Amino acid sequence: MSEDTDTPIPAQAPPAPVDSSPRTSGFAPAGEGGIGDYLRQRWNAIRAGELGSLPIIVGLIVIVLIFGTLEDQFLTARNFTNLLLQMAPIAALAMGIVFVLLIADGEVVTIDLSVAFVAAVGGVVMTLLQRPGDPGWPWWAAILGGLAVTTAIGLLHAVIITKLGVPSFITTLAGFLVWSGVVLLLTTRFSTAGTIRIQDDRLIDIANNFLSDWIGWAIGIAVVVGYAFVQVRMMRTRQVRGLDAKPLGIVIFQIVGVAVLIVWAVAVANSDRGVPQITITLGVFLLFWTFVTSRTAFGRHIYAVGGSPEAARRAGISVDGIRVAVFAINGFMAGVGGVILASRLRSVATNTGGGNLLLNVIAAAVIGGTSLFGGSGRVVSALYGALVITAIQNGMDLLGLASGTKFIVTGIVLLLAVLVDSISKRRRTARGLT
Amino acid sequence: MSDNESGATPLLRCEGVSKAFGAVHALYKVDFEVRAGEVMALVGDNGAGKSTLIKGIVGIYPFDEGRVEFDGKPVKIHGPKDAADLGIEVVYQDLALADNLDVVANMFLGREVTKARMLDEVAMEKRSQETLESLKVTTLRSVRQTVAGLSGGQRQAVAVAKAVMWGDSKMIILDEPTAALGVAQTRQVLDLVGRLAEQGYAVVIISHNLHDIFEVADRITVLRLGQQVGVLDRRETTQQEVVHAITAGDMKFVPGMDEETVQA
Repeated sequence: MSEDTDTPIPAQAPPAPVDSSPRTSGFAPAGEGGIGDYLRQRWNAIRAGELGSLPIIVGLIVIVLIFGTLEDQFLTARNFTNLLLQMAPIAALAMGIVFVLLIADGEVVTIDLSVAFVAAVGGVVMTLLQRPGDPGWPWWAAILGGLAVTTAIGLLHAVIITKLGVPSFITTLAGFLVWSGVVLLLTTRFSTAGTIRIQDDRLIDIANNFLSDWIGWAIGIAVVVGYAFVQVRMMRTRQVRGLDAKPLGIVIFQIVGVAVLIVWAVAVANSDRGVPQITITLGVFLLFWTFVTSRTAFGRHIYAVGGSPEAARRAGISVDGIRVAVFAINGFMAGVGGVILASRLRSVATNTGGGNLLLNVIAAAVIGGTSLFGGSGRVVSALYGALVITAIQNGMDLLGLASGTKFIVTGIVLLLAVLVDSISKRRRTARGLT
Repeated sequence: MSDNESGATPLLRCEGVSKAFGAVHALYKVDFEVRAGEVMALVGDNGAGKSTLIKGIVGIYPFDEGRVEFDGKPVKIHGPKDAADLGIEVVYQDLALADNLDVVANMFLGREVTKARMLDEVAMEKRSQETLESLKVTTLRSVRQTVAGLSGGQRQAVAVAKAVMWGDSKMIILDEPTAALGVAQTRQVLDLVGRLAEQGYAVVIISHNLHDIFEVADRITVLRLGQQVGVLDRRETTQQEVVHAITAGDMKFVPGMDEETVQA
């Protein structure tokens, strides 16, 4: 009965292109670009639960104040370089754990409980491969051998988790036992005392060598210049293309801040034994993984899988592929940590990877600001967290506290970090729902 | 009932499409069409076949029988990829946005623009802003805001903009776009739907809310128990008439019986 007549819109063509006049966008509120506005935005973000590295800065200040007043030795150049050495294995392992935590699936936490013993396997394999004449691999080949084994272990875990559907918690709990068993078998089989020494000096240098003063300065200055270059270039491109850019004042402030921090750190380290070689190695890994997570599509997809696996799947991302890659990266970084661990102790033994290494590593990743709920965190948080954890334990060691006390304090700090995480998450979701 | 139009050929025309799940006829000989620049509402009670029709169009559950024409040419759509290639995009009710990513990252998720293997953030941000501006979505504080901080209406806008941005999209299907929204938010989304049609897109909107439909739709296709029981022109019908069609519209076929016997 209805003979529908004139539908009023004759347009057939797909939408006309938008006029793109080179003005700034209509999104920012009036008065954009000022330092005051920028700070106000940051403050609003913090209140809304996007804390960034703020808790860590506060934590470090508290640590410095407490241990600095209680113990004269804490704020010395010697202790500063000691800290840099002590934090290295934890930091390397925690970088891998950050990746694993990033892909946590909503309510289900993804975790690797086996990471410390996988690291130990890597260290043991490397140590076995470098033994003179048996088989006597060159130092670099021994390292690659160790890394290959731990990466393969990561892949194995990943396949069990993604293809067979066993939760990461259980898979890696089994891995915890299996790989600690492997470490025991290997070390006791090749040494009656259960300790295998590293004889190659270059392997020992990895975590025990210091750079000469001028190399330390050269690297420090290169880092500052590189940082300034990247920051300024980013600001310029955004301005040229008419997008909101960080105000110049903030950029200068950040560059000066980084410069002061690095000059101070190099100066302090040089007044003792120099900048540890391992600190530079960690820095290279930090740069590389930060680049991967924040500047590549692969990195973007990792965050998407952690934020909403469903959205990622519908966007055509291979969710399982990302998970496998993440556990492989974690296995690789476990190997790096194992190499550092073995180098630092100049040997591997039956108890390598044991003790509270695992807990320190996971605590470091979480304290650094990586969310247990997935999708939020940065690689650098592994370094922050490792620094905090190491500083607390180093300070308590200097004070000569009992082991029991140290455990309790570390546990409380970990709990505080998780509380900060879940409270800020609650604020984020609360804001999302209103 | 709505046959032989003058003028505009429909962008999408389904003729006599059916879909059975076992013995259940989820869709039976349904005719459906939508023109460029038109908002076509798809209404019906729960289980009337709205979702099945949409899933057939985008190839998630391909039709068992019937013809589908797009742009005047017969097409076979075997999956969402085929639909996207034709220029059909669906905005689902749950939106499928990643809360932890910002607006730009969500709009380009899975189709990131890269330069020398690095994300080209500037190009993506520019394009996102232009798309949102073309849809007159101005309530966003910044496209660098995470989606977690957006209101329901803003999320819907981002999801729609994402669908629109994909170069050749010609037809946008919105599944219950206002279901979870308050009054002001609903207003924003309905305005957005109107703008899509003005810009020449063919828009299909599924909704339970007749009030919303009467605000934006040009025509209304009513499904009942898997059959199409009418295509109504919004300006020549009333809500009562639509409700009547939804609940008691005349069924043209009796599934299972010979076709000749049921041709009225």
